Parts: sequence; structure tokens; C-alpha cells
Amino acid sequence: MSRIITYAKAINEAYFQAMEQDPAVICFGLGIDDPKGVFGTTLGLQDRFGSARVFDMPTAENGMTGVAIGASLNGIRPVMCHQRLDFFLLALDQLVNNAAKWHYMFGGQDSVPITIRLIIGRGWGQGPTHSQNLQALFAHIPGLKVVMPTTAEDAKGLLLASIFDDNPVVFIEHRWLHNLEGHVPEEACRTPLGKAATVREGRDLTMVSFSYMTIEALHALDVLEKQGISCELIDLRSIKPLDWPTVFASVRKTGRLLALDTGPEFCSVAAEVVARVGMECFDALRQAPQRLALPDVPTPSSPSLKKVFYQRSEDIVQAVGGMLGRELSVAELEQQRTWPLDVPGEWFRGPF
Amino acid sequence: MTDHRAVNLLRSMKRIRLVEETIAERYAEWKMRCPTHLCTGQETVGAAVGQVLRPDDFALSTHRSHGHYLGKGGDLKRMLAEIYLKGTGCSGGKGGSMHLIDREAGFKGSTAIVGGTIPLAVGLGLSIALKGSDQISCVFFGDGAVEEGVFYESVSFAALKQLPVLFVCENNFYSVYTPVAKRQPAGRAIHALAAAMGVNARHGDGNDPLAVLDQVEAAVAEIRSGGGPRFLEFETYRWREHCGPNYDNHIGYRTEAEFLAWKERDPVLRLEAELLARGAVTGEQVAAMTDTINEEIAAAFLFAEQSPFPAPEELHAQVFKQ
Repeated sequence: MSRIITYAKAINEAYFQAMEQDPAVICFGLGIDDPKGVFGTTLGLQDRFGSARVFDMPTAENGMTGVAIGASLNGIRPVMCHQRLDFFLLALDQLVNNAAKWHYMFGGQDSVPITIRLIIGRGWGQGPTHSQNLQALFAHIPGLKVVMPTTAEDAKGLLLASIFDDNPVVFIEHRWLHNLEGHVPEEACRTPLGKAATVREGRDLTMVSFSYMTIEALHALDVLEKQGISCELIDLRSIKPLDWPTVFASVRKTGRLLALDTGPEFCSVAAEVVARVGMECFDALRQAPQRLALPDVPTPSSPSLKKVFYQRSEDIVQAVGGMLGRELSVAELEQQRTWPLDVPGEWFRGPF
Repeated sequence: MTDHRAVNLLRSMKRIRLVEETIAERYAEWKMRCPTHLCTGQETVGAAVGQVLRPDDFALSTHRSHGHYLGKGGDLKRMLAEIYLKGTGCSGGKGGSMHLIDREAGFKGSTAIVGGTIPLAVGLGLSIALKGSDQISCVFFGDGAVEEGVFYESVSFAALKQLPVLFVCENNFYSVYTPVAKRQPAGRAIHALAAAMGVNARHGDGNDPLAVLDQVEAAVAEIRSGGGPRFLEFETYRWREHCGPNYDNHIGYRTEAEFLAWKERDPVLRLEAELLARGAVTGEQVAAMTDTINEEIAAAFLFAEQSPFPAPEELHAQVFKQ
């Protein structure tokens, strides 16, 4: 049975079901038991499972990541969360030097089944150190899995799959998705890591997207459809491992690729998608692959700068028009936006 | 202290010394093709801690981990095979000298980033608390590690949650070539830092084996009975260069006189002399002990040399646990 709940509620439900299924699952993070419960995602956990398994932590990202790793070496499955990805950069030492390579460098003996939830975003003046989309940084490290769910159902299914995966998983949520509603199964469903979803089938062009950009792409697709352009939209769900067969099959069908990314373009996930498609599907491509990602500058804070920094559905439509050599209208998309560009919708009232 | 325990300590320290010195002797053969950090001169702490801990207690260590691994009961053949980077090594040849593991002995791993295993020991302590067992989690580190932020984060959390963790700092006064006086303010003791964070901390002479054994036994008993974390700092000295088989007193970062003063205080000879003097062992017994260890070492080197390298397809194996 499924019903409609928000992405944040779906995350919360995954926690409850994982902790019920396995007493080895614990969770901690700064503010995990505070009244806001990490955007509502951790509410009620401590009441239900107690303070030994659900606890707030010192402001010590690197050390506490090491604590999670150490506990995981003795059969515990820790789930850590950070309200901003940016703070977790303090823990790159433990993540990269220990978690990512523990299984490999000791010849496949112990492994590190930890899940690290990181929240990214855009808008609302979050600026240079509160909204970085650094998924490519994590994907670059051998030994890490990186997942970025878009829908509420995948948020639940991928979190459950991540918690019960025997390897370190970096689980990245976009703040603008927390209020998104969708059908979510009541049971403890698991979405396999490394499998993309074909969100929309199409003939003329393949869009490879993930996380919040998939939402912008969906808006673009409707407008493109009305102007006679049929796009296939693939939501990667897992950045690493990446579902290459699904990407290649789609590009072989459409002959065109537009890769979307929520992060800066240099060495981005989109860059990797363009590179691999260029190498593997060159014969099937009708024109050079393109990508749409952020310019190589730190995230600005002012709305006037954000307006030219972030990519929106209008930019996607125009990129497709550019590839097909057509002038396309974005008037409908502009008219749809009845709220300012720096918030995800009227529901968002800040402060973070 | 029973003579039995003291003699076992002597055996363990001698074994570590002879292994390290044999590696030094044979390193020039160019068959051990990885950075190797020998602990000659500072065998006491690893041997004493390893002797007091149970096999099901956990230990983690650093780049200079041979003594800690062997003291805890790590398999010698597999350690040498790892230093030879062979498929039979304790890490399958994927780690080398700085990445040793022996799960059966409770030696959970050593890594090369300074301070990197300290929070892991605290995490293992957390897992012990969650499971309600009476195990102990121990971590070895040096004086350089207390300059890392992660040291404070880890000790502080162990104090907060009163976790069963034994922190063991071997202060050998140098971080590679940089003396502690250039790195830490005069008059500030390392053990005092831990005490300031709320952990019961003591210190002692790391070249006085029987005193070290006493201190470790006391600390372990206190942790085991639910007393929370303990911190031990022992001053000691590495004889050979930071990394490699040679002596480097001539290059200018420390003096030959300083080295000779510490060599005079050789902990292996000291314990041997003490045990001979009180009749706990005879000269013949010590000689036999040495012979037995040397035979074991010769067999282990042969095993390492004769073992095959990992097969090329191992490159892609074990990135993820399947």
C-alpha cells in the first residue's frame, strides 16, 4: 500500500523501519533530537528507540565520523546526518582515508557499513558555505557510494538500501525536495543502489539528471512536449555506482545527450556522463553532447547573482533548443513562477 | 608481579626487537618494497599492553605498528608477508607495513594518517557499550597525534560517554625530524591535556618494562570494571630513522649523544638483567628463548619470500563488500 507523503516524512519512515528491523542501526548528528529534528526527518526517533541509539553529538564532524567508522567495524550500522554538506568537509580525512578504503586496504576483511546524510540546497541567501553541491567530490573517491534521491519514494527506498549496504554511502538530499510529496509504499521498500530510473520516455534527446535538477527538467519536458519535442529523462538516483547501461541505451535510442547537474561544471557528474557517452556511444550520437551545470564560481548569496548562477527549467528548454537549432518559447515557464527565484515554493519561509 | 608474566613480557619484547632488527638487516635486499617504520628501542609499550589485553579486546595503531601488532598476538608470518607485499600477507598485499590487521588477535588495523585511528577506537568503544560486553578498545599513537584536531574530538567524546577506551601515547619526542619542543609549548604535558578533557590520565617511563606492565594492568582493570576511559603516556625513544632501516643521528636533527643516552637505557636488556638478577630466568633460558625466536623469524621470512604476489585481477577486487 502506498500513500502520499513528503520526502522528509519518507526519510523519517525509513529510519523508523531500519531501526525496527535491526537493533544494530544507530543514528546521530548535530541536532538530531532537537525540536526541529533535521527538517523533520528525525522527529520521534529518540522517543521510540532511546538515547543510546539516537543521540545528539559534539560539534566534531571528523572525530564523530571516525566514531561511526569504528563502531561499524564491530557490527554497528551508524547513520550520521549533517544539516549542511559544507560542515561535513571537516570530516574528509576520516571519510577518504579510512571509510572509503578500509575494506580494500586490509584485503577485504572488515567493511564500513555507514550512511552519511548530507543536505545541499540553493537559494535563500545560503551562499558560499551553506549550499555547496559537491557530489562529484565524493564520487571521485574509490570505495564510496553516492546516492541522490529525487522522489519521496526513492528517498525512502534508497535510504533503507544505503543503511543495509555493507559499504560507506554518502546520501545527499536537496533541501528543496524535502517538501515534495509523492506516493511512498508503507512497507520497508528498498531501492537498489546503482539503478537509474527512466522518468519519462522520449525520442529526440536524452536528459541525464539527478536530485533537484530532475524537477526542473520535468517542468521543461512539459513545455518541450507542447512544442513537439520528445525528451527521455533519466534520473540517476545513484551517482556511484552509476547505471551506465541505462544511460547508454537511451542515448543510443535518441542520439542526443544533455547532462544536467546541480553542482559546478568542472569535473562534475555531468562531465563524466558526457565523457563516457562520448567514448562509448560516439557512433550513435547525432551531435556533440552538452551539459548544463553551475559556473565555476563560489555560490553567491545575493538574489541578483543567484539568478544568473543557477540553472532553471527555462535554461534547460533553451539548451535543448540550441541543440536542435530551434527557437523555443519559455513564456509558459516564466508565467508559472509565481514565487521568487530564491525559494523552492510558497511553502518555504526560511530561515534555513 | 609473577615471574611468569615478566618472562612472557621479556619474550614478547625480544621477539619484537629481533623481528625489527632482522627487517633492518634485510631491507637492503630491496624485497620489502614499502615504507617501513621500525620500533627498535620502543618495544616495551606494545608488548606490555598486548600482554594485558585479552584477544577479544580491540587494538588499533599507527604507521609504526609492528610492535603493537606482534604484542597483541598478530601473526608474524602474515605480517612479514604483508611487508613483502605478498598475497598471503595479513592485508593480502594491499596494505604494506603501515596497514596491518589480525582480526583473530583483536588487532583491528593500523593506518598511516597521524591520529587517524584514534576516533575509530572510540567508535569501537561505543560499539562495546551498545552491546554491553566487557571488552576494551585500545589505541596506540605518538606525540605528534596529540597535535591533530581529531585527537581532542575523540578523547572528549570518550569522556562524555565514559566509553571503555584505553588511549596509549608513546611519546618518542619526534614527529619525523621535528622535535616536540618545536611543536608544543614548554612545560605542557601530553597526559595533562587528556586530564583536562576529563579522562583519568597517567604517565610513566616507557623504558621501564615492569613499571609499564603495572600501569597498564591497573588501567585495564579500571576500564574493565566500568571506570570509563583511561589515558597512559609513556616516554620512550626510537633508535633508527623515522622510516627505514638505518641510523640517522648524523643528519642533524638529533644528536648522537642523545641517542646513546637512550640506548644505555635499552628496555630489552634492562628487563633481561632484572630477571636474571632475581633468578626469574637463567642465562641458558634466555639463550634458548632467543634461539627459538630466531628460528620462528627465519621461517616467517622464508614464508614471506616464497609466497606469491597477489594476482593482477586482485586490483579490482574488494573495492566494495559484495
